[in-house]
Amino acid sequence: MTTKNFHRFSGAGRYVLDEELAKIVNVSIALEMPLLLKGEPGTGKTMLAHAIAEGLDMPLLVLNVKSSMKLVEALYQYDTLTRLNDSRFGDSTRDVSNISEYIRMGKIGQAFTADRRVVLLIDEIDKADSDFQDDMLDVLDQMQFDIIEVDRTVTARFRPVVIITSNAKKDLSDPFLGRCNFHHIAFPKPEMMRDIVAVHFPDLREDLARACINAFYRLRGIEGVEKKPATRELLNWIRALRADPDFRQGAPVDDTMPYLGILFKKSADMEKAVSQIGA
Amino acid sequence: MFVSFFYDLRESGIPVTPTAFLRLQKALGLGLITSLDDFYTVSRALMVKSERNFDLYDQVFARFFMGIDLPVPEAVTIDDSIRAMLDEWLRDPAELARALGLSEEQLRRMSGEELVRYFLDRLKDQEGAHHGERKWIGTGGTSPVGHSGYRPGGMRVGGISRNRSAMKVALERRYKDYSSTAPLTRAQLGEALKRLRRLVPAGPKDVVSIDKTIRQTMRNAGEIEIVFDRRLADRLKVLLLIDNGGWSMDPYVDVVRTLFHYARSQFRELSIRYFHNTVTDRVWCDPQRCSRPESMEELVRRDPETRLICVGDASMAPEELLEVNGSIAIEYRQKLPSIERLKALANTFRHAAWFNPVPATLWDYGETISLIRRTILMFELNLAGLEKGVNHLVAR
Repeated sequence: MTTKNFHRFSGAGRYVLDEELAKIVNVSIALEMPLLLKGEPGTGKTMLAHAIAEGLDMPLLVLNVKSSMKLVEALYQYDTLTRLNDSRFGDSTRDVSNISEYIRMGKIGQAFTADRRVVLLIDEIDKADSDFQDDMLDVLDQMQFDIIEVDRTVTARFRPVVIITSNAKKDLSDPFLGRCNFHHIAFPKPEMMRDIVAVHFPDLREDLARACINAFYRLRGIEGVEKKPATRELLNWIRALRADPDFRQGAPVDDTMPYLGILFKKSADMEKAVSQIGA
Repeated sequence: MFVSFFYDLRESGIPVTPTAFLRLQKALGLGLITSLDDFYTVSRALMVKSERNFDLYDQVFARFFMGIDLPVPEAVTIDDSIRAMLDEWLRDPAELARALGLSEEQLRRMSGEELVRYFLDRLKDQEGAHHGERKWIGTGGTSPVGHSGYRPGGMRVGGISRNRSAMKVALERRYKDYSSTAPLTRAQLGEALKRLRRLVPAGPKDVVSIDKTIRQTMRNAGEIEIVFDRRLADRLKVLLLIDNGGWSMDPYVDVVRTLFHYARSQFRELSIRYFHNTVTDRVWCDPQRCSRPESMEELVRRDPETRLICVGDASMAPEELLEVNGSIAIEYRQKLPSIERLKALANTFRHAAWFNPVPATLWDYGETISLIRRTILMFELNLAGLEKGVNHLVAR
């Protein structure tokens, strides 16, 4: 481990990290490559970035990708409207003839200009079109971009730790994949889920946690459900159950399955689940 | 280091780039990899960029480092479809016995497992003997397992829907886990379909047009006037025809149902109609195909710019497609043979595509597939095929 600024990441308070993933995160940081995380919703892709930021004690910047987003919005914004207003009313302290006063950094720009190393989370990259993705990787590769309005080049002062998530909705382009490290987060196994639950509810009784997790995986196994409940739903469900006095006294969750609405968000799914339990 | 591992990966079909391999060398050089476990994890993260290839990677890795040949899970993958077929057959033991070349007495003595095993053995014999030959999946073969020779010449009157081509279904399953030809997940389908959206201005004027605002403001000598433009919205009309009948589509029902689900949210105007095997004088608005018919005449009166998408395996008895009274619905008399109806549809809608879940490699063996292909452009119902098909549909 000779690299000067090689940060080692070993997990953070609320996130249960498996060894494999920790290794990949560390290698990505060392190789200064973006890490692409794929996996179904609820496998903790976004949480991982938060955990890395916490674990490495770096600030976290989140770029939430939207389908209509253009790359330049992620880099910087030239606020024409404010400038127009200023020029008309002239009551601001800004210098209207100086365009750079109206340039605002986007999330990537902020990550580049930050005065310390940051974690940059690019969330749900798959929502954007492939031009956006490829261009963005160019920027992240070069670690610089141009602001055409003022003819200035912004270069990253500290190379950010880049985490990119994708909901496995569609395949990303080959050039994009070529520039990232890749990891697919599988849905946690029941044992892993036990750990996750333990992190969030340290005082939950063992038998109750088991019962909840077993019931949860049984419900996930129901065929033909549109949106399977994920980790988030399980945690919310347990939270709701804990508020229920019956549950606290150890009433079995298996046969009654209260608060199914927390687990199933679509009415068709809900009906299916109810009929399955009834059967 | 590990150059031959790199080539093994490539040979197995995983698209590993030299750059990725060099990066692995860099990681090795930096001392980031200290054990075989590390190597396994890191080399996968650096070189394998899709979870669909993870399984393949595992196999190559096991072979390279441990000399283990992982068994190809062939029997397991085709098991499901065989089971489905056997279930179908089991309702009619006499038929099953005949199909397998056994007496009913022998059949009774076999357990379900044995039956599957027997069937699989037969399948393997077949594979050795005439792989890829027309006999296998076409008509007129003499194999005891499979449909050959048992299709009744005329209409199917009740009873079981005969094994269209048992081998075909069984064989398709083998391509199950292969990357771009893998079966679609619902999400992929939605993504592919999203390309069908074509942006044209529509909707309320509620978007600020900076350019026009500036121009107008200049014209007013600095008096700001904000100009609004119409919001962009998609206005693509889509007519979706889905084959939801017969067990020959059974293996794909899930995929097709997903298509419904996604299709709904993707277009401005979407009509879904159902048919069985091929379109006749009418199609149905209800999936049960009984209460709400729509005649073909009405169908072709739609806007010709509507995109026509058919989903079906296009596999049926040739007479069903070609003859006036070929319909498998016995109580119904048609006016025109089905193929003429398809031609009419293709003539009306310039943008038409047929998505077929049957792999393209098998299309030449199905007589009706070839016929329909000549009428409506056919694409495979997988991600690659959808891409191509959607590109075709989006073209003006």
